[in-house]
Amino acid sequence: MLLIKTAFKNIIGSGKRTWLNVTVLSLTLVIMVAYAGTNDGFVEEARRETREWEIREGQLWHPEYDRFDIFTLQDAHGVIPDELAPCVQSGASVPILVLQGSMFPKGRLQNVLLKGIPVSQTALALPSWEIVPDGSGDIPAIIGKRMAKSADMTTGDRVMLRWRDHNGVFDARQIVIVHIFDSKVPAVDGGQIWFNLDDLYEMSGMAGQATYFVQTRDCLVMSDVAGWHFKDLKFLMKDIDIMEQTARMEGVIIFVILLSIALLAVYDTQVLSIFRRQKEIGTYVALGMTPRTVTWLFTLEGTTYSILAALVSFVWGAPLLALYASYGIPIPGSDDYGIAMGDVLVPVFKVSSILITFGVVALFSALVSYLPARKIARQNMVLALKGKIH
Amino acid sequence: MKTNHVISMKEVVKNFPIGGGFFTALNNVTIDFKEGEFTGLVGPSGSGKTTLLNIIGSLDTPSQGEAIVLGKAIQTLSAKQSAALRNVNIGFIFQSYNLLPVYTVYENVEFALLLQKKSATERRKMVMDALEWVGLTDKEKSRPSQLSGGESQRVAIARAMVKRPPIVLADEPSANLDAANSHHILKTMLKLNQELKTTFIFATHDEKVMHYLTRIVHLRDGQIDSITTKDN
Repeated sequence: MLLIKTAFKNIIGSGKRTWLNVTVLSLTLVIMVAYAGTNDGFVEEARRETREWEIREGQLWHPEYDRFDIFTLQDAHGVIPDELAPCVQSGASVPILVLQGSMFPKGRLQNVLLKGIPVSQTALALPSWEIVPDGSGDIPAIIGKRMAKSADMTTGDRVMLRWRDHNGVFDARQIVIVHIFDSKVPAVDGGQIWFNLDDLYEMSGMAGQATYFVQTRDCLVMSDVAGWHFKDLKFLMKDIDIMEQTARMEGVIIFVILLSIALLAVYDTQVLSIFRRQKEIGTYVALGMTPRTVTWLFTLEGTTYSILAALVSFVWGAPLLALYASYGIPIPGSDDYGIAMGDVLVPVFKVSSILITFGVVALFSALVSYLPARKIARQNMVLALKGKIH
Repeated sequence: MKTNHVISMKEVVKNFPIGGGFFTALNNVTIDFKEGEFTGLVGPSGSGKTTLLNIIGSLDTPSQGEAIVLGKAIQTLSAKQSAALRNVNIGFIFQSYNLLPVYTVYENVEFALLLQKKSATERRKMVMDALEWVGLTDKEKSRPSQLSGGESQRVAIARAMVKRPPIVLADEPSANLDAANSHHILKTMLKLNQELKTTFIFATHDEKVMHYLTRIVHLRDGQIDSITTKDN
C-alpha cells in the first residue's frame, strides 16, 4: 500500500511529464476502444442481419447445391423429406427453391436467380408477405433495393422473365414487381427475384421441392437428414469470420503502433527519472527500503500512468464513445460493399474488449517501466545518494 | 564483561576498483563507538571518513575486516537485513539534505515510520514530536522547495530522529549552511544527543562542527591518524 501511495504521489508530483504520458496513453486507450467497438459493431451487425435475413440457425442443402456454382442449380432440388415435413408445416423450417433464369428489363438481358419462398413464413425478415398478386394476372415478385438499382426497376414495373422448367424446357412470362425491400444483406438481394413458392412451383413444375431449407430454433433437425446436408452458422458465416479476423489483425497493427508511441514516452520518462532522481533513490534506501523495493516503486510509477490514463480516458472518452454508440457513423455507399452493412455503422463496446485493451496497456506500461528500473538494484547507493552516477 | 559499544570496527579495509587496480579508501581501521557519543570523523577529502560512515550505515560493506553495528556484522547482512537495520536503528543526515521533493515536511519526516508500519496515531505523535525538537511545527505542510537551507537541514534531522534510532550518521551536515544555521542545527543535535542518548557520528572538516564534538577521530589516507577526546 505504501508503495502504491508513494508511486501515485511521485507521479502526481512530477507534473507536466506525468500528464504528457497520461495523455498519450489515454489517447491510445480511447482510440483502441473506439476501433475495437467499431469492428465489433460492424461484425455483430453483419452476423445479426445475415441470420435474420438469410440463415437463422443454419440451412439444410440439397446434396447437389453449391451456392457458388450456378450450374448446380439445374439439379439442386428435391422433394421435401418426410423428416422435415412437420417443421415445414409449422413454419419452423423454411423451404427455398432456387432456379436460374434471365430477365429483359428495358430490352437488356440480365441473368437472375429465381427464389421461391412461402409467403406465410415469418422466420426470415425477408418480407415474403408482400408477394401478393396485383390483379393483372402477371406473376407477383419482390426484389431488393440493390437489384432494383442495377436493373433500374421500381415498384409496379413489369418485366419479361425466362427460365427452364423441370424438363429443361424454356418458359417465359411477364412478372410484376410488387415491392422493393430494403435489406442490409446483399446475399438476398443482388441478382435475385423472390416469388411466392407456390408460383415458382407452378412455373417450374417442381411442386413440393426445395433447394435448401432455412432452419429455426423451433425445428430440431440440425444435422444431415435424408441425404440433405446441414450447414451450420460457422460454415455459413465463414466470410464474416474471415472479415472479422482481418479487421482484428488490422486493429492489432494499429494498436501496436499507437501503443509503441505511448510506451516510448513512458520508457523515456523512466530512464530520465532514474537518472535525475538518483539522490531520491539513495534516500529511499537510506531510509530503509531495499534496492529491489525501490525498483518496484519505480515500476509501479510507470504502471500508474496507465491507471491514470484509464481514469482520464473514462472522463473524456466515455461520453464521447457513448455519443458515438448512440449515433454511429454514416457509411456512404454501404450497399456496394458486398457484405451485410447498414447505412450507419453503430459500434458495440464490449466490456471484455475494454478490459483487454486496458490490461494490455497496463501490462506493457509495467514492462517498459520495469526494464530501466532494474538498473536501480545494481546501483551503488553511496554514489546515488550524492547524485554521482553518470 | 559487557561493553556499551554500539559500533565496533576491526581491521576494516575498503577497496574501490579504479581502472585496472584498486584504491584503498580504508586501511586496517579499528575503532569502537560507545552509546551516546557525539563523535566526528575528521580529515581531508579522500581520507576515508564518508566511506567509514557508509559502512557503519550499512550502505556499503567492508572489503576485509569486521564491522559490527548494534551486534550485527555488516559484511554478512542481506539486502533486506541491512535495510531493516537502517530503517529501525540508523538515522542519516546528508550534506544536501536529500529531502523527497514531492512530499511535505510532515510526509518527509513520516516516511521512515510508514516503512516501520506504525499506526497513524503513533506516526502523528512521533512526527509532531520530531518537528517540535527542531522547531518546525509551523512548517509541517511546506514542501522542501519552500524551505531555507537551515530549515531543510532541520527537517532532515527530524527525519533522522523521528524513529528515535540509537545511531545517527551525519555526512557534512553543515557544509551548505551559513554559520548561524550551522550552530543552530548543531545545538539541536547536541540537545537530542543529550536527551535521547543517541550516538551521533559526523563526517566533517568544518571547524564549527568540531567545536561541539566530544571525540574527534582524525583520518588520513584511510587510516586513523589520531583520536582526540574532550569534555564539553
